[in-house]
Amino acid sequence: MADLATQTVGATLDLPSAFQEAFRWMVLARTFEEKIASVYRAGKIVGGVYVGRGQEAFSASLAIQLRRGHDVYSPLIRDMAGRAAFGEPVIDAARTYMGSAKGSTRGRDGNIHRGAPRDGVPAMISHLGAMISVVNGMLLARRLKGTLGDAVGATCIGDGATSTGAVHEALNMASVEKLPLVVAIANNQFAYSTPNSRQFACPDLAERAAGYGIAGTTVDGTDLADCLQGFAGAIGRARAGEGPQIVVGNLLRLSGHGEHDDAAYVPDELRASSIGQDCLLKARKRIVAEGWADEAGCGEIEGSAAAEVESAVAKAGAEDAPDPYTHRWSALSSAHFGNHDDEAQ
Amino acid sequence: MSITYLEAIREAQSKALADDDNVFIYGQDIGEFGGAFKATKGLIERYPDRVRDSPISEDAMVGAAVGAAIEGMRPIVEMQFADFSSVGFNQIVNQAATLFWRTQVPCPITVRLPSGGTPGSGPFHSQCMEAIYAHYPGTVVMAPATVEDAYSMLLDAVGIDDPVLFCEHKYLYYHLKAESLPKRALPATRARIARAGRHATVVTYSAMLHEALRAAEGLQSDGYEIEVVDLRCLKPLDIDTVLGSVARTGRVLALGEAFPWGGVTAEVISRVATDAFHLLDAPPARLNARDTPIPYHPDLWRYHRPTASSVEDAIRKLIRD
Repeated sequence: MADLATQTVGATLDLPSAFQEAFRWMVLARTFEEKIASVYRAGKIVGGVYVGRGQEAFSASLAIQLRRGHDVYSPLIRDMAGRAAFGEPVIDAARTYMGSAKGSTRGRDGNIHRGAPRDGVPAMISHLGAMISVVNGMLLARRLKGTLGDAVGATCIGDGATSTGAVHEALNMASVEKLPLVVAIANNQFAYSTPNSRQFACPDLAERAAGYGIAGTTVDGTDLADCLQGFAGAIGRARAGEGPQIVVGNLLRLSGHGEHDDAAYVPDELRASSIGQDCLLKARKRIVAEGWADEAGCGEIEGSAAAEVESAVAKAGAEDAPDPYTHRWSALSSAHFGNHDDEAQ
Repeated sequence: MSITYLEAIREAQSKALADDDNVFIYGQDIGEFGGAFKATKGLIERYPDRVRDSPISEDAMVGAAVGAAIEGMRPIVEMQFADFSSVGFNQIVNQAATLFWRTQVPCPITVRLPSGGTPGSGPFHSQCMEAIYAHYPGTVVMAPATVEDAYSMLLDAVGIDDPVLFCEHKYLYYHLKAESLPKRALPATRARIARAGRHATVVTYSAMLHEALRAAEGLQSDGYEIEVVDLRCLKPLDIDTVLGSVARTGRVLALGEAFPWGGVTAEVISRVATDAFHLLDAPPARLNARDTPIPYHPDLWRYHRPTASSVEDAIRKLIRD
């Protein structure tokens, strides 16, 4: 177990307080995604559902230490916990899954593709590794404008994305520009069905940092305290001007790639190993063991998350779907261009 | 005084940097070295932070431009050659071109694509990429054919709140000269009648404009008056100007330097045939480069792309039909 308070370069982490706050977001994320998965199984969600079960501690630990309106946070497919911790209202998530016209994408994209770019939350595209350079550009722009201050830009990828050229280009660029970038690599052992052994051949993904001239650390992704401390150090170093940081979290995806996938390719031994531990149950046990909350206290957190989720999903489900007849069918923001082209078709 | 097409591009960038602190240029070798073609020569001295050398990372260059655009900047990305933009293709068509559609946040980036063939440049330093990018929703694609347009359209491109693929032609960089830069210009999205005529219309753009004008000149001695339309902007396409010309001549040849399969000339023919079939006195014609990679040897290259002579032959055939 990690120490309860750790001084890191440029950042102080109040572990008991951060642990409890992160736990709340983890509970909310798990509750929301279980609800969404059941709505999906009932046939009421079109398209895919991708959940972050087993990755909530790693996801929340990063985002909880960022400040909305100050930092950039570019979440990926399994970051419901991080999104919530960074201030995304549950109703936004519910609307995107349920296809409400009031959602941030207004039905133009679904599930995890939501965002609020002008609030520092870019909306991910599906091409893996493609968001890192976007965060680079956001940080570079702020530096050119003189507004960067001690802000950092954080983004998340998985073990699979580390094989893409986009990740290499973006990490190298961030290092050349010495940007305050933090890249969280959730090594959940499988990229869809492909195991680490067919994905990369280095002993530890964090070792790749050396090749870019940046810092890399590894944390136990099932252990909330270790995740919090790992990110506290990385974010602190980035804020202090020490350049890009990689934090690798070793964990296991406790779900399929999507809810359509039964993950039969995951060996039982791996599920039974320490990496297969459920970060949420582990965090809950520690909260009780430390005396930060008792069973009833944890139950209250879980009950309040359930109520919030039920209400948001019900509300989003009752809202209007987008209307193809009144929809603005133009991909350009320059209205006169769009109209011109429409006429020609 | 005279100014080249390349100098016009440099002057436009210089003015864009001077007029708006949110403009910056990002590309390979564009700083002290001034760019592979010297399109940014001298700019870093005046704007040391806003003219930035990038690593050889076309994907990350465009991704970073999108990020900067989210933050309210108006980046210009210089691809060293249009051909290499294929490495940044994903960020252009999936990130930049979908950003506004997905999030309602505009994406005012300009990607400069030094395009087209020059003798000896071969398969990977000669390509015309305009059709590839025009195919995707969410892009604006420009291809200036004159010094004046190189200047005014690049300034327009930087000012537009959408991703602009700016296809500047390398063959025109040094060959084309004008007396001065324009004070006023036609809106970037309007086509222009470059030469008036009545027997046939050639619809073209970029370097092929000059082959078309030479062909039209050659046909004049035979009594043929050929109208030449310079599209200038390929997407959106000013089809009204094209149809107006076809209404006058009844015959159309769509001419382009790009590969023949699909593309801008196919789009022009398709629009004319579907919107104005009744105006046609002959089947519409197309002339493009050959359907092979672009050859290195100048003797092969001249037979790969259309020239004034092959354009003239195509027009004669069109008029006989």
